[in-house]
Amino acid sequence: MTDEIIRRFTRNVPEWRPRVVPVKLTDATQDQLDALQVTPSNTKVSDYVLVLAHDVETLKVRSPLFNAIMYGKGGLSRAERELGALAASIVNHCIYCAAVHADRHAQLSKDKTVTDKLFAMGENADLGPRDRAILTFGMNLARTPHSASAADVEALRAAGLDDGEILDLILSSALFGWANRLMHILGDPVRKTS
Amino acid sequence: MTDTLQSSVIASVRPRPGSALAAEVENRRDIFEKTEAAEVAVLTPVDPGGLSHDLRHALAARIAALHAEPEQASRYAAGVTDAALLAVTDPGSAADDPRVQAMLAFTDAVSTHPRDIVAADVAALQSAGISDADIVRLAELNAFLAYQLRVIAGLRLLAGVPQ
Repeated sequence: MTDEIIRRFTRNVPEWRPRVVPVKLTDATQDQLDALQVTPSNTKVSDYVLVLAHDVETLKVRSPLFNAIMYGKGGLSRAERELGALAASIVNHCIYCAAVHADRHAQLSKDKTVTDKLFAMGENADLGPRDRAILTFGMNLARTPHSASAADVEALRAAGLDDGEILDLILSSALFGWANRLMHILGDPVRKTS
Repeated sequence: MTDTLQSSVIASVRPRPGSALAAEVENRRDIFEKTEAAEVAVLTPVDPGGLSHDLRHALAARIAALHAEPEQASRYAAGVTDAALLAVTDPGSAADDPRVQAMLAFTDAVSTHPRDIVAADVAALQSAGISDADIVRLAELNAFLAYQLRVIAGLRLLAGVPQ
């Protein structure tokens, strides 16, 4: 058995192999166990979260912030927040994040064609005007903060997004500027091959 | 609104009071409060590990400069007391200390072309004597800044504030 590193975008979520040694549950401090929400009945923690437990103060605030941005009530639909996450993950080439959030987008929107086109055609994929505006803005903001323009915001407004929805898109794309810099940098997406 | 939202992100953009944007920010108060808490966790953690508060502020200032956000770069540089560390807030500069220099090289890459980072970049930090725990701390600092600077830029666009 060897691990094959996945280099192409896919909705088929790979495994994640850390580049640093994760915290061992048996060595974890009480603070780390609290942040990992480990209880006698819940001892399953992913390697990714065990890696992040090295910086427990950040992990403790990051998880609720992540949930508030991706699952908070009102504003942009959950599927469209996934598209914001996906836009950043494509720019940053985070194969693992892109797989997870493309899969969620397909499930939430009950439509695989958007992510099929994105993975086949990249950033120039022919999408509907609303998805197109969301993708363009999300990708430009992910490149550098100054790559996103007033014209990109106008395109979002023309596609029917209000200020609250645009704010949620800013937050979801920016959040994956963060998540991609952990997932893509601290580990490799792999599949076991025999 | 009962009390003023404590947020360096919102303070830097200042949405017009009474505007639709100000109301949408208030609707997401928890997100901006949690963002502020994350800034504290990466800049001034109780347990800083091998990354002093001084070094964290210097790296944050350098990251903000790499993102062409001079106002944020100044804000973070104001938290640096050591003269040698103040010097590395300039993205063109290098450090004499090889451990700090390894962190600068990594930070520059993570800020400007994260997609090209490979296992060897992480191995280079380990070779410079940086522990795995400190590598995670360094990645979180970089990753949080990438998020915060994009939220600020996005809000500025939404508020119609000139760049």
